[in-house]
Amino acid sequence: MSSVAQKKGFGAQVWDYLTTVDHKKIAILYLAAGTLFFAIAGLEALFMRFQLLFPENTFVSAGMFNQLLTMHGTTMLFLAATPLLFAFMNAIVPLQIGARDVAFPFLNALGFWLFFLGAVFLHLSFFLGGAPDAGWTSYASLSLYSPGHGIDFYVLGLQISGAGTLISGINFIVTIITMRAPGMTFMRMPLFTWTSLVSSTLILFAFPPLTVGLFLMLVDRMFGANFFEHTMGGNTIIWEHLFWIFGHPEVYILVLPAFGLFSEIIPVFARKRLFGYSSMVFATILIGFLGFMVWAHHMFTTGLGATANAIFAVATMTIAVPTGMKVFNWILTIWGGSIKVTVPMLYALGFIPSFVAGGVTGVMQAAAPLDYQLHDSYFIVAHFHYVIVGGIVTALFGAAHFYWPIMFNRALNEKLGVLTFWIFFIGFHLTFFLQHFLGLMGMPRRVFTYMPDQGWDLFNMISTIGAAMMGVGVILLVLNVLLSIKSEPLNRRDYWGDGRSLEWALETPLPFYNFKQTPLVRGYDPYWIEKQEGNKEGMVYAEPLGDIHMPNNSILPLIMSIGTFIAAFGALYSPWGKQALAGTAESVSPALSVGLIVVGLGITVGSMITRSLKDDLGYHVHVAEVEAIEKDLAQFRAAGKKGGNN
Amino acid sequence: MDLNTKFTPQNWPEHAEQATMEGKNKFVGFWIFLACEVVLFASLFATYLALKDSGPASMDLTKYSAKALYELPLAFAMTMLLLTSSLTSVYAMYHMKNFNFKGVQTWMGITVILGIGFLCLEIYEFYHYVHIGFGYTHSAYSSAFFTLVGTHGLHVIIGLVWISSLIFRNMKRGLNLYNAPKYFIASLYWHFIDVVWVFIFTVVYLMGVLG
Ligand code: HEM
Ligand SMILES: [Cu+2]
Repeated sequence: MSSVAQKKGFGAQVWDYLTTVDHKKIAILYLAAGTLFFAIAGLEALFMRFQLLFPENTFVSAGMFNQLLTMHGTTMLFLAATPLLFAFMNAIVPLQIGARDVAFPFLNALGFWLFFLGAVFLHLSFFLGGAPDAGWTSYASLSLYSPGHGIDFYVLGLQISGAGTLISGINFIVTIITMRAPGMTFMRMPLFTWTSLVSSTLILFAFPPLTVGLFLMLVDRMFGANFFEHTMGGNTIIWEHLFWIFGHPEVYILVLPAFGLFSEIIPVFARKRLFGYSSMVFATILIGFLGFMVWAHHMFTTGLGATANAIFAVATMTIAVPTGMKVFNWILTIWGGSIKVTVPMLYALGFIPSFVAGGVTGVMQAAAPLDYQLHDSYFIVAHFHYVIVGGIVTALFGAAHFYWPIMFNRALNEKLGVLTFWIFFIGFHLTFFLQHFLGLMGMPRRVFTYMPDQGWDLFNMISTIGAAMMGVGVILLVLNVLLSIKSEPLNRRDYWGDGRSLEWALETPLPFYNFKQTPLVRGYDPYWIEKQEGNKEGMVYAEPLGDIHMPNNSILPLIMSIGTFIAAFGALYSPWGKQALAGTAESVSPALSVGLIVVGLGITVGSMITRSLKDDLGYHVHVAEVEAIEKDLAQFRAAGKKGGNN
Repeated sequence: MDLNTKFTPQNWPEHAEQATMEGKNKFVGFWIFLACEVVLFASLFATYLALKDSGPASMDLTKYSAKALYELPLAFAMTMLLLTSSLTSVYAMYHMKNFNFKGVQTWMGITVILGIGFLCLEIYEFYHYVHIGFGYTHSAYSSAFFTLVGTHGLHVIIGLVWISSLIFRNMKRGLNLYNAPKYFIASLYWHFIDVVWVFIFTVVYLMGVLG
């Protein structure tokens, strides 16, 4: 294991990834899975846009459109944006805080596999009788009676993958609290780590209500409970509350790490310290807190009453204050910097105005009277895509270029990156800008077609052309990734030349234990400080070279997740389900249904018990071995050509 | 500190549960996990309160309302069992501080027995309700009641399995810095279950019967 150059067979490598607990490899798993689902959801979006290209188009049916719509929204939020952000959190946060791994490497793997198998389960719906079709919000009044198993796939798939997200969230909180290198106080933590911490905390508080909501829907639909069944005393508004107590914070769960990524990118390429660091931290925490106070702004039109609407409207508008602080801080960081416009910086520069536009329309909708007008129109679609694509997707693309050298020891091509950016960016504005006006002209959200000559034809066509351009942009990005496989390994540290935080202090390719000795942090932007002082090594160490303790790989996380996957099928085909009883969906015998649940959960619980009965103390890499690995790595680095832009 | 150290009451650390990095991670992680459990139960409580006593138009409130169904003496007995079991797990932790492993095992064992007692009473209660026609699918109210109280009951079962497996697993091995955090966290979990029950007793049973 001590030789890096040693090539492993394909089977061994697959096994390695199935059992890995290394945060860097789990990051790659998240990246691959997230990209896959991003592509699927993107295709769904394109299908929808092609359907809306002309009035009265018949490219897809109304029912199919509902499925595409639901799967697009659900997949993008839960199975693309979240895992892609987790990919960067996994890859970068431990390095930024000078840790060897996350606090619970085993749980890290478990979180990934639960997410992934839940996602696979959800997508099996396409082949097993139809996907969910009640929108990503799956309001109980619609979804309770939706025929077939679509909603059941939604409920069970999200339940499994949500459990994975929750586990990972807890893991990151603990990692950031307990594993920081000596000297890294909270107020010296890089902003990406800060936003990951706050975002994980939001996961901690937001996902349990979703879990409960999904569970209530599960027992209602599949086991005859009556939470939402109004003839039996149930109340569908409970779903809306539980869903939005989760759903509103969810957008901050996604956007805060995106803010964090830009707060890393901008100072590096403005070659200036991040302006207003402590106010950025404060704003992050404040946004996280306020995110929980405002969920009912999604329910203005459900009849909460004027007082409640007023309170939630005002509360919502206050979020603009910390968000505005952030925007000004980014601008003031750029101001007077000596700016290098690289691809990541381009994304950052494109992000600021796009995101501000999305924020402004958000404040408009926070005014309850105006929301009565805008509610469920294309204005909403324009608003949230400005925030989500303009904020999160640009951050992901920018961060991919920015961190590729650390994650893969390769760089993405700059020229192709610039081209990708412009095609994607222009496509994005073409797609969504005009949708504001479509909304104001009365085009409702979630319609599969429209009549000619209502003044909507041209804008819809432009919007579809823009979407196609975004598709081209994504293809170019994937091409760039494929090209990078062929490119020269970099074998160096600080690819951009102006790295500031600890992750840049390490030479790539990274050894599996990251830092051979825990670094000592002497201030904010620790690597920058060391460079200023002419430290060639890039770091000062807090400890002498010693044995390194590492966790063992394990296949159990995958097996546990497969158990829940099997159990989910048992619940799905329950003969007591509403749809089974109504004869609108197939079911299996009680014995088989219960059998699958018992066997599935048995596998999960069995592996948990195995895990707790079998001691897993990890292993030690002894000093001599560390030295050998470092020597190997040095030889390997020297043998390759040095790529890079400096 | 090393796991292979031979411990005596003299060199056993004051906070054994946090003496290793792993122990500390588990300790912090568990508190954070509890925060998530709090939100989970809060959601269930809110749902219960929203649906209490509501059912189909034909539901007979003289028979199937909180006032008519719950029996305070039974709930009180359950409360006493669970509160006492929390106390006995405190004793176990006290002995852990003093490196008295036998004390730990004994008092954890008593905790498990009291927990089983609680569970038996709860099963009897559920059985009784189902028997008189108040099953899970009877009404929105019944679904909410069984889900809230049943989720707590499930937590009790998990806690019992957890603590018993700790007791059996470590029977021959004795106390060390590897399993000390495990005992500590299991007892923390047990206290949490207890606190949730206090809320259930108040919000479900007391408020249900008294008005
Ligand atoms: C990048 C190109 C994208 C295009 C062309 C696109 C297009 C669309 C379209 C046509 C709809 C249906 C609007 C309606 O009829 O109401 C929609 C809905 C939605 N999109 Fe996108 N989208 C894109 C990216 C994203 C991303 C990145 C996310 C999130 C990370 C996202 C999240 C959503 C959500 C949550 C909905 C609402 C679904 C629902 O109402 O259930 N979209 N999108
Ligand atoms: Cu919101």
